[in-house]
Amino acid sequence: MIPVDHYLFLSLALFTIGVIGVLTRRNVIIMLMSIELILNAVNINLMAFSRMWGSVDGQVFAIFIITDAAAEAAVGLGIILAFFRNRETVLADEMDILKW
Amino acid sequence: MYVLNSILFYFFSALAIASAILMVTRRNIVHAAVFLITTLLATAGIFLQLQAEFLFIVQVILYVGGIMVLFVFVIMLVNLDVSMRLVQFNRQWFVAGALALVLGAQVLFAVWAGRASLRLPAMQVDISPKNTEAVADALFSKYMLPFEIASILLLVAMIGAVVMAKRRV
Repeated sequence: MIPVDHYLFLSLALFTIGVIGVLTRRNVIIMLMSIELILNAVNINLMAFSRMWGSVDGQVFAIFIITDAAAEAAVGLGIILAFFRNRETVLADEMDILKW
Repeated sequence: MYVLNSILFYFFSALAIASAILMVTRRNIVHAAVFLITTLLATAGIFLQLQAEFLFIVQVILYVGGIMVLFVFVIMLVNLDVSMRLVQFNRQWFVAGALALVLGAQVLFAVWAGRASLRLPAMQVDISPKNTEAVADALFSKYMLPFEIASILLLVAMIGAVVMAKRRV
C-alpha cells in the first residue's frame, strides 16, 4: 500500500507551488487560482488521513473546504470585476488606493 | 492490485505537480486556468484512488464545473491582451519564491521526521459501496451545525458577490 507520507509530499508540493504563485505573480486572477490550488492541497491531506483512520470525518471537512473555496471564488471574482471596471487593471501592485 | 494502485497514484501525482508548475508560470491567463483544471482533475483521480467516491464527484462537478467556469467567465470579462504584454512577476519575486521554498522545506522536514507513525491500512478488494451514505450520515448528524453555518456562509457570499459585481457600487 502507498504510505501516507507520499500523499503528504504531494500535498506539500502543491501547497508550495500555490504559495509561490500567490507571492510572486502580479495578476490577481492567477493569485486567486493559486489560492484554489492551496485549498486543494489541503483537501488531499484530509482525504489521506481520512483513509488512514478509516473514517469519513476528513471527507466531511473537505466538503466544507470546497464550500469555502466556492464562496471565496465568487466574492473574490466579484471584487476583481468591480476593481477592473474602475481602474482598468488586474495587477496587484496597482491596487494601492482605498477610494477613488 | 498494489501495482495498479501505485501506477495510478504516481501518474496522477506527476500530472498534478507538472500542471501546477505550468499554471503558476504561464503568461496567458486562459492557459493557466486550463492547467489548473488539469491539476484539479488529477486531484480528483487521487480522491478516487483513495476510495472517496463522493468527493471525487464533488471535485469534478463543483470545482471543475463550477468554480473554474466562473474563473474563465471573469477572465473573458477583463481585458486579456493588455495584461499579457506586461511583466508577469512582481519585483520581489526572488525573495518571495525563496521564502516559499524555505516554508516548504520546513514542512518537508516535519513530515519526514514523523513519517514512521504514518501507515495506510491495506485496501479491501471487496469494498462495499457505502462511501456516499457514510458521508451523508456524518454530514447530517455529527456535523449538522457546521453544515448549517456553511449554508449561511454560501448565502452571505452570494449576496456579497451580487453587491460587488453590481454596476453602481
